[in-house]
Amino acid sequence: MSAVADAHAADHHDHGPAKGIMRWLTTTNHKDIGSMYLIFSFAMFLIGGAMAMLIRAELFQPGMSLLEPNFYNQMTTMHGLIMIFGAVMPAFVGLANWMLPLMVGAPDMALPRMNNWSFWLLVVGSLILISTLFMEGGAPNFGWTFYAPLSTSYGPDSTTFFIFAIHVLGISSIMGAINVIATIINMRAPGMTLMKMPLFVWTWLITAFLLIAVMPVLAGVVTMMLTDIHFGTAFFDAAGGGDPVLFQHLFWFFGHPEVYIMILPAFGIISAIIPAFSRKPLFGYTSMVYATAAIAVLSFFVWAHHMFVVGLPIAAELFFMYSTMIIAVPTGVKIFNWISTMFRGSLTFETPMLFAIGFVILFTVGGLSGVMLAIAPADFQYHDTYFVVAHFHYVLIPGAIYGIFAAVYYWLPKWTGKMYSEALGKTHFWLSFIGLNIAFFPMHFVGLAGMPRRYADYPIQFANFNMISSVGAFLFGVSQLLLVYIVIRTIRSGKKAPAKPWDGAQGLEWTVPSPAPYHTFETPPKVD
Amino acid sequence: MRDNNSVNHKKVVGGLLGGVVGMFAFGFALVPLYDVMCEALGINGKTSGEAYTIEAPDDLRVDDSRKVRVQFTTSHAGDMPWDFDSEDRYIEVHPGEVNRVNFVAHNPTDRKMTSQAIPSLSPSEGAPYFHKTECFCFQEQVLEPGESVEMPLAFFVDDQAPQDLYRITLQYTIYDQTGDDVEDVQPVAETADANSPMDKG
Repeated sequence: MSAVADAHAADHHDHGPAKGIMRWLTTTNHKDIGSMYLIFSFAMFLIGGAMAMLIRAELFQPGMSLLEPNFYNQMTTMHGLIMIFGAVMPAFVGLANWMLPLMVGAPDMALPRMNNWSFWLLVVGSLILISTLFMEGGAPNFGWTFYAPLSTSYGPDSTTFFIFAIHVLGISSIMGAINVIATIINMRAPGMTLMKMPLFVWTWLITAFLLIAVMPVLAGVVTMMLTDIHFGTAFFDAAGGGDPVLFQHLFWFFGHPEVYIMILPAFGIISAIIPAFSRKPLFGYTSMVYATAAIAVLSFFVWAHHMFVVGLPIAAELFFMYSTMIIAVPTGVKIFNWISTMFRGSLTFETPMLFAIGFVILFTVGGLSGVMLAIAPADFQYHDTYFVVAHFHYVLIPGAIYGIFAAVYYWLPKWTGKMYSEALGKTHFWLSFIGLNIAFFPMHFVGLAGMPRRYADYPIQFANFNMISSVGAFLFGVSQLLLVYIVIRTIRSGKKAPAKPWDGAQGLEWTVPSPAPYHTFETPPKVD
Repeated sequence: MRDNNSVNHKKVVGGLLGGVVGMFAFGFALVPLYDVMCEALGINGKTSGEAYTIEAPDDLRVDDSRKVRVQFTTSHAGDMPWDFDSEDRYIEVHPGEVNRVNFVAHNPTDRKMTSQAIPSLSPSEGAPYFHKTECFCFQEQVLEPGESVEMPLAFFVDDQAPQDLYRITLQYTIYDQTGDDVEDVQPVAETADANSPMDKG
C-alpha cells in the first residue's frame, strides 16, 4: 500500500488502529493484545507440539532410533515448559483480554499500557527459553519440574537462561493477573453485580488471585536455584546444610495451584458454551462460583500429593491424600451442573458444543485417574510412570486445550465477523478426539504395567501400546494444523456472521456487532 | 462498579503488588520454616537436637525382650574419591544397650583432604528414638595422602521406641570439604547445639 493510500485510510478511520508494525508494537487496545496473545500462544502450541511429535517418534519402537538421549530429555523438558508457560497460560490471558471487557461492559482493560508490556515480556521470556536449545550444552534436560539438585549441581549451563526466562514469564503473568483483577473490580458496567458476572469472568478473577499467590513463590524458587548455582548458597544442596526435598515442597506449593490456573478459565468457558447450545440457563450458577473458589482454596493444601514417595511421615501422607480427594467434591459439583444444564435442553452440536462435551467426558476420565493417584499407597506403584503422563494429559488436553478450542470456535464469529466452516470444525473435533484417546489411553496400561516416564527407550513388552500411542499422537498433532487452515479460511472467505450467531448465547459480548468494533462500550451498557 | 478513576486502580494495583512482594518473601520464609517443622516433628530423617550431646544415662534399661536391626549404608557425594564404608553391614541391638560400630575411611589421593559425613535416618519415624553418644559425623575428618582411619559411632536405641520399629537404616553421605572456607561451611560440630536448624544428627 502506498503512503498516500495509508494517509487516506487513516483520515477515514481516526478512531481505528494505527497502521503498520507500530500498531502491534505499541497497541494498548485489548482486542489487538488479545489477538496477539492468541496467535503467539498458538505458535508456541505448534512448537511444543512439534517436540511432542519428536518424542513420540523416538518412542514409536523400542531401541534408540532417532534422538540422542540427552536431546530426548531436552525435548520432554521443553515440551512441558513451552506448553505450560508459552501456550496454555498465554492463550487464557489472550481470551481474557478479548472477552473480559466485552463481558463486563468495559471499554478496555484497566491498565492498557501494562497490558502491552506484559505481552511483549511474554515474547521475550519465551524467546529466551527457546534460545537455550541452541546453546552449547543444550537446553534444560531435567524435566519441566526442574528438581534440584539435578537442575542445580548437574544442570547444563543454559539453566541460568532458563531461570531468567521463568522470571520474565512470571512477571508477565503477574502483570496480566493484576490487570484482570483491576478490570473486574473497577470497570464493570452499572448493574453488573458480582453475582451477575458470567462464569468466565468469575473463574478468571479467581485464577488471577491464584497467579498472584503462586507465581512469586516460583520466582523465589528459581532465585534460590540461581544463587545455589552461582553464589555459593546451599538452599537445595545437602553438602551445605540444604535439602533437596525442600525444593519439591516449594515447587509443588507453586505447581499444584498452577494446574488449577490452567483449568479454571476453561471451566468458565464451558459454563458459557453448554447453556448456549442447550438453550437453557446454566444450572446452579451460585454453586459454580463457590465450587471454583473452593477448588482454588483447596489447591494450596494438596501440594505434597506429588511427593508421596519422598519419605513423608505417615500423617502427611494421610493429610495430603484426603485433602486431594476432597477436591473431587467441588469438581464433581461442576460436572453435575453441566450435565444438569444439558438435561432436557434443546441440544445442538456445533463445534464449540462438541469440544465442550468432549471436555466434560474426558476431563472426568482424567479426574478419576487423578483420584486413583491421590491414593497414597497406590501411588507408590503409579509414581513417575506413564499412568501419570496419561492422567495429566487427560486433564490438560481435554481440560485446558479443548476449553481454548471451544472458546475459539464460540467467539471466532465475534472476533472476525465471519463464520467458520462447521464441517471443517467438526472434522477438527473428531480427529482431535480420536487422536487424543488413541495417544493417551494406552499410556494408562503401560503405566500400570510399570513403564517409567522420561526415558528415551523402554523394554520390548511395551512396544505395541507405544506404537499405538505414537500413531494417535501423530493424528492429534497433524489435525491441529487443520485449525490453522480453518481460522485463515474463516478470515478470508467465511460467511458474514451476525452480532449473535448462536441463538442460545447469553452475555454482553453478543450485543456489539460482529466483528467487534475497535472500540466498544465507550458509554457503559445498562445491565438489569 | 465501573470506575475509570485512576485512584481506584492505584488502590487495587498497590494491594496486589503488596501481595506479590509478600508471597515472594513467603517463599523464602518457607526455608527456615521447613527446618523448624522438620525438627519439631522429628521428620525428614534428622535425629532430634538432644541426641547430639546425650550421655548414656546410668539407669538405661535394656529391653531384652526384642531386637532392632540397625543397618548402615554409605554413599559419596559428587566426585568424593575416598573409600568410606562401615565394618558391619548391620548389627542387631536390644533397645537401651549402647553399641559401637566402626566406619573406615581411606584417602587414596596424593593430597591432604577434609571430609564431612552427613547422616540420614529412615524410617524418619525412628529418628526421635535413635541416640548417638559418640559420632565421627560431629566433626570434619582430615586425612593425609594415603591415610586410613577408623571412625567410631556409639549409639543406643531408646527403650521407649515403639514395638513396630524393628529395623532402622542409617545412611552416611561423605562430602569433600577440602579447601572450603570455614566461614563458608561451618563444621557441623560447631553448630551442633540443640537449637540450630542446621543440625544433622
